[in-house]
Amino acid sequence: MVAEDGCLAFSRFGLGPRPGDLNRLGSDPASALLDEIADPTSLFIDQPDLPDSVDAYTELRRFQRARQLAKLQSTASENAAAPKPMDALLPKAVIAANGKVTVPGVPSPEDLMNAEIEARLDRVLNVPVGFGERLVAFWTNHFAVQAAANEIVRGLAGAFEREAIRPFVLGMFGDMALAVIQHPAMLTSLNNDVSVGPNSPQGRKTGKGLNENLGREFMELHTVGVDAGYTQADVTSFAKVLTGWTYGRGENEPENYGRFVFHKFAHEPGLQTVMGKLYPQPGVDQGLAVVADLVTNPATAKHLAAQFATYFVADVPPAALVTRLADVFRKTKGDLRALTTALVKSPEAWSTPASKLRTPQEFLWASARALQFRPEASFINRALGDLGEPLWNPPSPQGFKDDAATWLAPNAMTTRVDVAELVASRAKGLDDPRDLATDLFGAGLSSDTRTAIDRAESRNQAIALLLMSPEFQRR
Amino acid sequence: MKSPFVTDAMLCSSRRTFLAGAGALTAWAVMPKYAFAGQRRDPRFLTVILRGALDGLAVVPPVGDPDYPALRRDLAIGTSGFGSTLALNDFFGLNEAMPGLYGLYKKGEALVVHAAATGYRDRSHFDGQDVLETGMTGPKMSETGWMNRLASVMPRGDGVRPISGLAATPTVPLILRGDAPTLTWTPLDFKPAPSDTLDRLLDLYTHADPKMAEVLMAGVSTEMLAGGGTDPMKRAGGLAASFKQLAAGSAKLLLQEDGPRIAALSYDGWDTHTNEGAETGRLQGLLAALDGAFSALADGLQPVWKDTAIVVLTEFGRTAATNGNDGTDHGTATTAFLFGGAIKGGRVVADWPGLKPSQLYQDRDLAPTTDVRAILKGVLRDHLGVGEPTLTTKVFPDSIGVKPLDGLIA
Repeated sequence: MVAEDGCLAFSRFGLGPRPGDLNRLGSDPASALLDEIADPTSLFIDQPDLPDSVDAYTELRRFQRARQLAKLQSTASENAAAPKPMDALLPKAVIAANGKVTVPGVPSPEDLMNAEIEARLDRVLNVPVGFGERLVAFWTNHFAVQAAANEIVRGLAGAFEREAIRPFVLGMFGDMALAVIQHPAMLTSLNNDVSVGPNSPQGRKTGKGLNENLGREFMELHTVGVDAGYTQADVTSFAKVLTGWTYGRGENEPENYGRFVFHKFAHEPGLQTVMGKLYPQPGVDQGLAVVADLVTNPATAKHLAAQFATYFVADVPPAALVTRLADVFRKTKGDLRALTTALVKSPEAWSTPASKLRTPQEFLWASARALQFRPEASFINRALGDLGEPLWNPPSPQGFKDDAATWLAPNAMTTRVDVAELVASRAKGLDDPRDLATDLFGAGLSSDTRTAIDRAESRNQAIALLLMSPEFQRR
Repeated sequence: MKSPFVTDAMLCSSRRTFLAGAGALTAWAVMPKYAFAGQRRDPRFLTVILRGALDGLAVVPPVGDPDYPALRRDLAIGTSGFGSTLALNDFFGLNEAMPGLYGLYKKGEALVVHAAATGYRDRSHFDGQDVLETGMTGPKMSETGWMNRLASVMPRGDGVRPISGLAATPTVPLILRGDAPTLTWTPLDFKPAPSDTLDRLLDLYTHADPKMAEVLMAGVSTEMLAGGGTDPMKRAGGLAASFKQLAAGSAKLLLQEDGPRIAALSYDGWDTHTNEGAETGRLQGLLAALDGAFSALADGLQPVWKDTAIVVLTEFGRTAATNGNDGTDHGTATTAFLFGGAIKGGRVVADWPGLKPSQLYQDRDLAPTTDVRAILKGVLRDHLGVGEPTLTTKVFPDSIGVKPLDGLIA
């Protein structure tokens, strides 16, 4: 094995080494990566304390209702909302002086999100290499929901990743895409829950109409890509196809809370043509047919192969690698294990120089692993917010960028130094920074970095320098 | 009586007279002051660690040493053409950035020990700090710190309260690690003191990753333009505030009825390899900030000041001569400060080794003549009432050859 290959396994493909990991990796880094993901269920997060979307959504509705009642009461409003059957069972919300609302026994969206973060942290600190988690991160970001959209997305973002992403990371892309487009977090994040066919019974009755958001992004971002040759007419048609795709949220269907439902009464009736193909199916089958075609469209293979290689290997990945990955995707009809294996077995994946920068999340996780440091959820939220990559909250449906130009930027770098110093001051442990650097990087440690660490004036400074060294930052 | 190692007599002192004098004093000084205390005492003890190796010759310059000006060249503060110093006596000056400490010195509440060093004789910061904090004879010999071991052997005063330590750091530093309980506390919006980490990273990137260097440099410049934390003046202001905040908060905790009685504070940034700025510049800014922290401790601990002893230590000193970058490199002996109402101050305690080439340690550093453990053993025995056998076996193992320094406590 080339000395750098072990380091690359952790930086390019993993979450960074913990002390001892580089030694444990063995002489065949590619096999070690594939071994880690041999069992697809190892990527699942299935904990009794993490509610599924149905339970989480139900709790969110209770939280919102209890808050509404408390606010109406506090303003002594006479036009209080009509009482609902659920009210009797609701604990009373408490509104603090700073406006923060707590409902005893009912988690707030932030509570739900923090519990999800803790579960990710368990995973981050305990996986041997972190290749599986990096795959999850890639696909979660590919199908980005925006926590800032509303409280429901905030409260469901973790469940979305557990339910729609993790089970399919080593399965079929089409299954993942369908789980995503039918998930309440995505349906509300991209507003399909309020999209109504103008000629549907509900449209005729209420005058409500189409919302193209999900239809457009599913084509542009999630599948075929913006250059696939589709037109606005295709987007409009697909949006019509998707009308009625929503989740149970009405008072009249509490049994469907947090579940995908097809509302026939909101669905635009009739045939639709998307990218030159006629879809005559009635009801939900029409959408299933379009999705099935989009996920196996050759343009999707090209689009995803380029993104996959760009994320892992280089901002401008070797053309041969992209072509190979696209071929595998197309031939296997979107088998993501085949795609992943092809990446790891490609020589370019190992020979391309490390020119990307770790994203803030990757940086924080790698720091936590290297120092065996478990930050609190509040620290993670603050640090990732300052660094510009808050969990499940990208600035657009496109997700976070992963190119060096985005993160290797002046202000981003000085903030990164601040965070490195903060992490260094908080991480416990008696490890000598010199020994730690050797342990983490082995022969991959440059003499420049070694010298800088040797000369640091304190353990904390040495740790900060280690975390900010090119070896630690580049991947 | 006047001890011969006090600097009034220092010019004629030598290592031999120092040892003779120390022996002569033993008879009365080994009896702990603690035992004399007629009434209830509840002493406070703090250690302030200056990480990065404090340049003792720039803080307490030996302005009376004829070899000093040539050795220090442009850093020879207190000599003609290089600013003045606050006179501690005929031989030593104090850096003008420390008027607060000087005031305490004049009141007899601060004392300087010069040419002091731990038992460590190499020049690695980590190993040096390891020895300073573990109190062992070499690096990596213990996973517990001497202050933690001290907490477990300290007399309990009224005998009810377990002694707990306070670490004014986000995590427990080595000096306080161990079985005895330790609180950690830092100000709410604590940010590690701005250090020269950015300079070091720029240097590393310039060699190893020019693109990263370019980007970081741009970031630093932008912050400077925007009046952020890297402008030297603003940085010094932020530094002073953060040093002071840490000291004031620690003092408050030590005042609590059931609070900790011993504490360790750390201040970083003393590794002045380039552009040291002892008179105006980086070191001066750091010393001014440190002086503010000392004043904050003195103010905050006023109600218990007469029973307070504070020791200020660093892992080692710096080269006697300046290097090629108007700075100094890692050295050996340096200064230690003691202050507090319990300190018998107003003196410089030094067995001055001299600055002639033959007198320097390995031809380059101020030679060590006082072991830091001797200072600490003297303070712990006379201020806290810890017996010498315990100090020699538990707190500073294998230090039988290091005699406690007598007469440090009033």
